[in-house]
Order: sequence, then structure tokens, then C-alpha cells
Amino acid sequence: MRRYILRRLLQGLVLLVLVATIVFFLGRLTGNPVDLMLPEDATQEDRQALIETLGLDGPLHQQFGLFVANALRGDLGQSIRYRQPAVEVFFSRLPNTLMIVPGAMILAVILGVPLGILSALYRGSFIDRVSGTIAVLGIATPHFWLGILLIYIFSVQLDWLPTSRMGDYRHFVLPTVTLSTFLLAGFMRLIRSSMLEILDSEFVKLARIKGLSETIVVWKHCLRNALIPMLTLWGVFMGGLVTGAIVTETVFAWPGIGRLTYEAVIFRDFPLLQAAIIMDAVLIVFINLIVDILYAYVDPRIRLAE
Amino acid sequence: MKDLPWTPLVIIVTMLFVAVFAPILAPHSPIDQTLADKLIPPFWEEGGTTKYLLGTDVFGRDVLSRLLYGARVSMIVSALALLVGGGVGLVIGIVSGYVGGRLDNLLMRIVDAALAFPAILFALLLAVTMGQGLRTIVIAISLLLWARFARVVRGEVLAVKQRDFIALARVHGCSPARIMVIHILPNVMNTFMVLLTLYVGVVIVTEASLSFLGAGVPPPTPSWGLMAAEGRGKISSAWWLSLPPGIAITLVVLAFNLFGDWLRDRLDPKLRQL
Repeated sequence: MRRYILRRLLQGLVLLVLVATIVFFLGRLTGNPVDLMLPEDATQEDRQALIETLGLDGPLHQQFGLFVANALRGDLGQSIRYRQPAVEVFFSRLPNTLMIVPGAMILAVILGVPLGILSALYRGSFIDRVSGTIAVLGIATPHFWLGILLIYIFSVQLDWLPTSRMGDYRHFVLPTVTLSTFLLAGFMRLIRSSMLEILDSEFVKLARIKGLSETIVVWKHCLRNALIPMLTLWGVFMGGLVTGAIVTETVFAWPGIGRLTYEAVIFRDFPLLQAAIIMDAVLIVFINLIVDILYAYVDPRIRLAE
Repeated sequence: MKDLPWTPLVIIVTMLFVAVFAPILAPHSPIDQTLADKLIPPFWEEGGTTKYLLGTDVFGRDVLSRLLYGARVSMIVSALALLVGGGVGLVIGIVSGYVGGRLDNLLMRIVDAALAFPAILFALLLAVTMGQGLRTIVIAISLLLWARFARVVRGEVLAVKQRDFIALARVHGCSPARIMVIHILPNVMNTFMVLLTLYVGVVIVTEASLSFLGAGVPPPTPSWGLMAAEGRGKISSAWWLSLPPGIAITLVVLAFNLFGDWLRDRLDPKLRQL
């Protein structure tokens, strides 16, 4: 168990180091870093001050050391647009994103899991074909466009919901639904395929031979095991959530970290983008680690394998 | 011939045809602005004219012409990104699988890391540091593709490697490089072709998303994602700006995915789980 967690922690650290290295080198080697990190109207003193704080006149490995040391202290530079520490801007926007993430995840689970189970149980039936179609369309339709389509239907045509920005509960509906689509198709297909596999396994046959009711076999014996791959693939879903937050918040002008990332691109605010990317990586690694530990806890095969 | 997926094929061929002959097919320039004709609705709506079948955008540019040229951008980006990203993935997958050992271990760790991190963030980073453009977007999407290709190809190589003819070639004195190129490469080509087809859709959607986020090809190039982005703010008054490009993307991606599924079942049924 301890070795398993240590190995996962190490993998997370490798990812963080890779991300930080790439961000650092792209920032230093693709042009003049001073221009990249300061507003256009920066004075000569500002420039000189930045060169000194980042050690830009020193050799690259020293600059990298300084960059890592600063990053560890939580200093990822000043946002050009907001004129305050980029990490602070990131954290001020994070709560807004966290307001739509749980709803989106719950929605994806309560739609995706039952649909996946039903289409596995009644393979080839109407419901299987419906969820198959949703999955295929879910992959082919760009999510940003789905958001626009939802705005067109529910805000413009039906006039039920607001088109964008934050406000009362009605403002949460469309962003939450759009974000959930980043997870829905994946959940559905995953549950379906793992259910199919498990329904065919020896212990399910045994449970049936023992005369257990179909309800117990499906909901207790099968579902429990079918949920395990959802934890295994959690890392993939986390990536989907981050991408989803950027796209969804851009479509709905939702002031979270996704929209912040978009603004950093549009306004060419490199320090802000660098902070957003590194903080996203930290979040991903942190949450994946928690899920990995949960995973070992839920599935004894992992715990005992070491 | 009978079991060919005709509908997807027709859509794909139409798309390719449109991409190649856009300059002949398009009734107007996709870039020139005619501000006097701005925001004209499609011809069947009130105020529409047959001069602009699908209407015009805020700069008075013909939506239909931009849509036709947009197919070009999608195809060029797909072809280049699949060539670069898929090619790199193919080479790394073969080397990693065949050489094995420490190198395999190292390469697969990097693949894991690449898969664990949302590629879109790197794409945005590249757009800011290198500047927007075709080169940036091709590199960005290749970064997303290579790890996925490498992983699947490597799995395939591990299976091929065990076969007798590889052992025979080795006994014969073939160099590892020769074995990889002459004996392994042809045996993973089917898998590679299936992957290429299945990932066209991913590339098209990614390109559109990046353009939508302001990190794709720079305006005024007519990209479907960019068109949807420009229409986003006008959705309540001018739906024809953002809905048609999305429909085009969905249709084309659907067609490539269905064709890819068919190809996979024909050439490489083992890949079902992909």
C-alpha cells in the first residue's frame, strides 16, 4: 500500500516537473521574456527590475533554479492585465469554477451510470441504441458549439434561461449542463463496457447459480465492480474537466479559472497563463493522488498486489 | 462494396471536394468585407437574399463562402497534425515496443505524463509564446496525438515481436533498425491507418475548439471554430453565424468516426476497445 502511494506520488511529481520545465522554456526561449511578462507601456525601470528579480542576465540553469524557488514560494509572476500576483488572481476565481463542477459531475453520474447499466443489461435494445447515439454525437459535437446551441434553444428561442454571466440559480443551469457533457459520454461508455465484462464473469455466474435475485446480482455484485474503472480513469476525466471548464466558462462568460485562462490567452498575459497552467497541474496531481488512495482503499486487489 | 459505409463516405468525399475546390465553389471572397451588406440573414428568412444564401456576418462576409473555405483549414490542419503527431507516435511506439527494457519504461512514463495533462493547456501556451498560426496549431495538436499513437502502436509491436519470423530475422543477422522497418512496420500499418482515420475527428474538433478560444489560426482566416466564436455574441440576433459551422463540424466528424469504426472492424478488430 505504501509503495503504491509513493509510486503514484512520484508520478505526480514527474508530471509537475515536466509541466514546469516546459512552461519555463517556452517562456524564455521563444522570444524576449521581458516583453512576454511586462505590459507594453512598461518603463525602463520596470524592465530592469524584472531582469533582476528573474535573473534574466544570468545563465539559463540559474534562471530555472530561481523560477523553481519562486514557484515553490507561490510566486509565479505578476499578471499583466490585473497588475497583481497571478496566483492570487487564480485563487480569487477558483471558487466560481468550483460552483459548477460538483453539479456537472453529479449530473454526469446520474445520467451516465444508469444509462450505461441499462444499455449493458439490455444490449442491442432501444435504450442501448439511444445511449449509443448520445455517445457518438457527444464525441462528434464540439462542446463549445453545444453550449452555443443550448443558449440558442433555451435562452433565445424559449427565453427560459439567461444567456451568460453569473446570477441567480437560473444562471447555473446551462453552464452545468454543458460542463457535464465533457464527462457524460465517457462515463456511459465506460460503465457499459465494464458492466458487459462483469456480467460475463465467473462470480456473477456463481451468484446466479446460487439463486440470488437478479436485482442483487446487478446492483450489488456487478455495479460495485463496474464502478472501479471510473476511478482508474479518473485522471482522464480530470483532464476533461479542466478542458471543459475553459470551454464552458468561455461560452457562458462565467468568471472562473477556465475563463481566466481564456482571458490570459486573448490578452497575451503570459504570467497569468503560466500561473493558471501550473496551478491546474498542481490541482490535477493533487486530486488524482486522492483518487488513487481511495482506489486502493476500495479495491483490495490494488492494496494487496504490492 | 455492399457493406461500405456509404453515407459517411459521401460526406467525407464532399468535404474533400469542397476543400480542394473552395475557390471555384465559393460565390464570394471569404475575407473581403462588404460593410454595407452586414448581418443579412439566410435567403429563406425575412430580409434575406439569394446573393448570400446563408447570410453574411458582422463584416458583411458571405457565411457560405467562409464555410466552404473552412473545410480547407480543417483538412490542412488534420493532414499536417496527423502526419507529424501520428508519425512521431508511430516511430516512438515501434522503438519503445521493440527495444523494450529501460528505454521502453522511460518512454511510457513520458507517455503517461502526456496523457495525464490536458493538451489544450499546452496549445494555449504555445499560442501565447510562439504566436498564433498554422505552425503553432499543428505542433499543439501533434503534442496531443503522439502519446495516444505511441501507446497503441507499442502494444501492437509487443505482440508482433513474439512471432517466429522476427526471431528468424534476428537469427539471420538483421540489424534492429532493419527489423523495425522491414518486419515490424508493415505489421502495424493496419493499426496505424485505423488510428489515423479515427483521430481525424479529434483533430477537427480540437482545431475548432482552439480557434474558438483564440488560439487557432488567426482571423480573418475562415476556420469553423473561429466562425462560431465570432457568432457567439450575436446568437440572439443572428443565429446563422454560429450554428452552420457547428453543424458542419458535427457532420464531418461523425462521418470520419463512423468510417473509422468500419475500417477498424475490417482491418483490426482487436482495437475494439479503443
